[in-house]
Amino acid sequence: MTESTKTKKQKPPVEESLLTCGHRACAGCGEALGAKLVMDAAGPNTIVATSTGCLEVFSTAFPQTAWRMPWIHSLFENSAAVAAGIEAALRNKGKHDINVIAQGGDGGTADIGLGCLSGLLERNQNVLYVCYDNEAYMNTGVQRSGLTPYNARTSTSPSGTESFGNQHQKKNLLGICAAHNIPYAATATVAYPQDLMMKVKKALKIPGAKFLQVHVPCPLGWIHKSELTIEVAKLAVSTGLFPIVEMQYNKVTRTRKIGKDRRPVEDYLKLQGRFKHLFTDTAKDELEKVRQIAQANIEYFGLE
Amino acid sequence: MKMMIEGSMGVAYMVMRCRPNVIAAYPITPQTHIVEDLSQFKADGELSGEFINVESEFGAASVVLGAQAAGARAYSATTSQGLLLMGEVLFNMAGMRLPVVITVANRAISAPISIWNDHSDAMVMRDSGWIMLFAEDNQEAADMHPQAYKIGENPEIMLPVMINMDGFILTHAVETVDIPSQKEVDEFLPPYKPEEYLNVENPLTFGNLAEPQWYMETRYKLQETQEDAKALIEKIADEYKGKFGRYHGGLIDTYRMDDAERVFVAMGSIIGTLKDVVDDLRARGEKVGILKIRSFRPFPKEKIREVCGHVKELLVLEKAISFGLGGVLQEELRSTFYGQKHQPKVLGFVLGLGGRDIPPKSLIKLYEVSKGKEISNEFVDLRPEVAPKGSLVTL
Repeated sequence: MTESTKTKKQKPPVEESLLTCGHRACAGCGEALGAKLVMDAAGPNTIVATSTGCLEVFSTAFPQTAWRMPWIHSLFENSAAVAAGIEAALRNKGKHDINVIAQGGDGGTADIGLGCLSGLLERNQNVLYVCYDNEAYMNTGVQRSGLTPYNARTSTSPSGTESFGNQHQKKNLLGICAAHNIPYAATATVAYPQDLMMKVKKALKIPGAKFLQVHVPCPLGWIHKSELTIEVAKLAVSTGLFPIVEMQYNKVTRTRKIGKDRRPVEDYLKLQGRFKHLFTDTAKDELEKVRQIAQANIEYFGLE
Repeated sequence: MKMMIEGSMGVAYMVMRCRPNVIAAYPITPQTHIVEDLSQFKADGELSGEFINVESEFGAASVVLGAQAAGARAYSATTSQGLLLMGEVLFNMAGMRLPVVITVANRAISAPISIWNDHSDAMVMRDSGWIMLFAEDNQEAADMHPQAYKIGENPEIMLPVMINMDGFILTHAVETVDIPSQKEVDEFLPPYKPEEYLNVENPLTFGNLAEPQWYMETRYKLQETQEDAKALIEKIADEYKGKFGRYHGGLIDTYRMDDAERVFVAMGSIIGTLKDVVDDLRARGEKVGILKIRSFRPFPKEKIREVCGHVKELLVLEKAISFGLGGVLQEELRSTFYGQKHQPKVLGFVLGLGGRDIPPKSLIKLYEVSKGKEISNEFVDLRPEVAPKGSLVTL
């Protein structure tokens, strides 16, 4: 960590990340890794607006900051609008060569911040929005969000004698964003860092509004061993539960095929305590429903 | 240049003269004409700032927050429900010390839904940390904008400023408004050059997490700065007078108060009505005057005490109420004099809610019948079927 406000930064050594070490994220945090990759792909000529959530809390406890770039946090649901204001300010001052990134978690993006995000995408302002999707409100203690997968157990969608966990399907956030007819909308995962960084760089070269949903496992909330973050993230892709795709102007332009690497959903679910309740005799039908979700994803995007 | 225009257009012209880099707004009656006029200026190439259409007032406030943090001068306007929807962002802007200026076309709050004027909306934001100014007429509303930017952007202050003008009564009233030239306003209001902003050359972090060992100090500084702003508000009103020859008061203004024993206290457009009422009463030999509260936050306790040395009674007229307590301004006045050597009696009246008309005859009547009485939270001009027994002035 470095001292934050009112101190001029030293020229950093090249190997130091723009989201530097020493922050307070949990061991194995997918979001910290995802944000680091996004920032390093974007480079220092970037201004960042961040929603309230783990990412902001673990990186900016005053008087320290882990951000070696101009960075702002305002509220939970407004990073898209704050970034829109930054972009408008830069545009008005003739500074057209600075990247603007807005970012937030799945709750801050797909639930409470969806209005501001829609406004940004509709106006097609030159901003890249990055959603770090760890599939629940982790900062407040693992409550369900609109991006929590079907049948996942969270602290507000617990499993019990009458429930198998979250009873709502994961919101199609990529589809919602792409439907604004923006030039670029994609998914990525910390499992494949080069792909993620390539997408950030590609997006930042395209004028207009861009959206990137990054799948980031949360060992604490998903209840998996912290050293399994990458393995869990890979299995989300190879089971078909988190498709990796690119869309331009609401058309799918590129997908990561699964092909013969396809794995049964159980391989993914078994590593995580949030799905433990699905491995009982009474849950067989529910497990089948998760298989069907994966199959539907694979068919829809042609991932085979 | 003198123009016969709507209050909203006077504000729009003056906002343009302040050269905001970014404007973001969402339509809500009776604020709409301000942002429609600004949109037209943009469409006609007169306005150099960006005009961002947003999906809500929450979005509008967040966009101007981001713009201001990026070193831009930013502006928005709203009212009522829109101000409430902005609320979370307004508190945030004050905490982040971003000197945005917004105009509030004051309007009642739902339910029941009412698009008409009162001050309930502004009163909700009184603890937000914003500087809150109230305009008496359209000229003052227009003139307040360059003053507001100059107050808020002062490096020692760095606070957002809310300019309140009565919805419809001012926003939609056509009056003569003198709009200074761009050159004159430029001479008064220099470009916004913040010491710190989002800048790739000097990367800083804004909006940190403050743990318990730090948070209280941010609150202390906000309170301290509000106090510091008092002198600056006065100074800038004087400067404006020197430059443009117009003075609408500093923290307060007074009317025929020199020997006044009973004094009306109010904010906003009702001051204009009261001036006629006071002239009538003076013609009958009454020693009466007006204390206009121009700055509600910071609240000018010292200045009020200073001009009320000889005053026996304050008749506080307000267009808002804090349910379960009573009139807000009335209680602020009582606390202003509590424990002081000279304590004028404070009489509190609530009137004009949701656009209820305030005719001079009602004000004259309440002045007459309230003599010698102890009065708090007296609703003026209630319908007789609802008014409690002993109401002083009913419809």
